[in-house]
Amino acid sequence: MITIRTYFFPETLEAAYEKLTERKNNAVIGGGAYLKLGSKAIGTAVDLSKLGLEYINEEETFFEIGAMTTFSKMMLNEGLNKHFTNLFQQSIEDIVGMQLKNMVTVGATIYSRYGFSDFLTALLVTDTKVKLFKAGWVSLEEFLEQGPAERDILEKIRIEKRKGFYNFQELRGSSSDYSIINLALAKEGEEYRVAVGARPTRAKLALNTMEFLQNQELTNENVKKAGDILSGELAFGTNVRGSKEYRQSMAKVLLKKALQEVSKDEN
Amino acid sequence: MKINVKINGKEKALEIAPDDYLSEVLRREGHLGVKKGCDTGSCGVCTIHVDDTAVLSCGMLAAKADGKTVTTIEGVQEKAERIRYELGKRGVDQCGYCAPGTIMSILYLEKVVKDPTEEEINRYMKGNYCRCSGYVGQLEAVKSYLEGQKHEVCE
Repeated sequence: MITIRTYFFPETLEAAYEKLTERKNNAVIGGGAYLKLGSKAIGTAVDLSKLGLEYINEEETFFEIGAMTTFSKMMLNEGLNKHFTNLFQQSIEDIVGMQLKNMVTVGATIYSRYGFSDFLTALLVTDTKVKLFKAGWVSLEEFLEQGPAERDILEKIRIEKRKGFYNFQELRGSSSDYSIINLALAKEGEEYRVAVGARPTRAKLALNTMEFLQNQELTNENVKKAGDILSGELAFGTNVRGSKEYRQSMAKVLLKKALQEVSKDEN
Repeated sequence: MKINVKINGKEKALEIAPDDYLSEVLRREGHLGVKKGCDTGSCGVCTIHVDDTAVLSCGMLAAKADGKTVTTIEGVQEKAERIRYELGKRGVDQCGYCAPGTIMSILYLEKVVKDPTEEEINRYMKGNYCRCSGYVGQLEAVKSYLEGQKHEVCE
C-alpha cells in the first residue's frame, strides 16, 4: 500500500531536488503507474509533470528524450523507429495496453531499474547516457549496474545515432503479461551488442557473447555456440514466471531468433 | 489538498488526499461509469481520458489531474450509445462491466488514428479485457462503429 502525506509540483528541477533531499521518505513521482506494485510511506511526493520534461528531440547525431516522456510517445516516434529499426516499438508494444503506455515514463522506468522491464533491455543495446540532475551524465550500463551514487533526479537521456540493425525478442506466458525472459540485439557494422533482461533480475549486456559474435559468420554452428556462451555467462534465476533452467534454455532461443532477423536483414 | 479539474465539461474544485487515485475520486463524485476492476493498471475497465489521452484512472494519482480536463463515459453519452449498439448487436456486451472502459478506448482510437488498420485497432484495444465474450465480435463492432462515423461525417 502506498501512502502520501503531501504532494508537491515543483516549478524547477532545483526545487524538485531540494524537496526530494529534504527528508528521507520524500520520493519523486514519474508516471506513477507502477506505484501500486510496492508498499511505501511517502512523506512528500515530488511530481515532475509540470517541468516540461516530456519531449523527444531528434538532433543530427543523437536523440534526446525527457524523463517524463511516455512509453506511447517512444513507441510511436517515427524518428526512433526509423533509426533503430523499430527496436523501441518492439519492446514496448506488448506492455499491457495504450492506456498504461500513456502513463509509464522513460525516466521512472530507468531510475527504478525494474528487472521485468522490456524497455531497459532494448535501451541497453544502444549507446545511451542518462543525465542526472546532481551527478550529471552517466552511461546507462553503469547506471543500471550501480544505481545513483546518491539520491538524484533523472532529467533526460541521450541515445546516440548509430547505423545498424536492432531487434527485440521476448517470451511471455500470455500477451501483455510480463516477459519471462527478453533479449535485445544490435548489430552496428561488425560489432554486436546483446542484452538479456527479466532473468528475472535487471537487463545486462552479455559481453562474452558479443565478443564471440564479432566478425563471425552466422552459421548454425556459430549461432549454437553463441547461445551456449550466452546461457553460461549471465546469471539466471527462478520466480513465479519461470525457472532458472527454463530461462537459460529460452535465452538461447531468443538469441537464435534475433540472429535470424539479422540474417534476413542482410539478405 | 485541493485540485482544480474540468470533469465532463464542468469546472470543479475538489478536496482530495494526496494518495487518492483518480478512479476513487471520480466515483466519489458520482461518476459511477468509472469501474473498478483489477485496480493494478491491467484490465482497462477504469479507462478515462485526461486531456484527450486514454489513461487508467486506477493507476493515476488524482493529484496529477490538477489543471486538466477529464472525460468519463458519462461525458460521451451519445457516442457511447452508438458503440453500445454495435457491441450489443454482436452479443459481445454480456455482463457489461468492461463496456465503459472499452468504449473510452474506442473513442481514443477514433481520436488519434485516422482510418485504423486491424493491427492498429488491436493495438489500441488490447488494454481492455473482456471475460465473457471474446474479442472477434468487439473488433467487428469497432470497425462497424468507425465506418458509421465516417459516413456520418460525409453526410
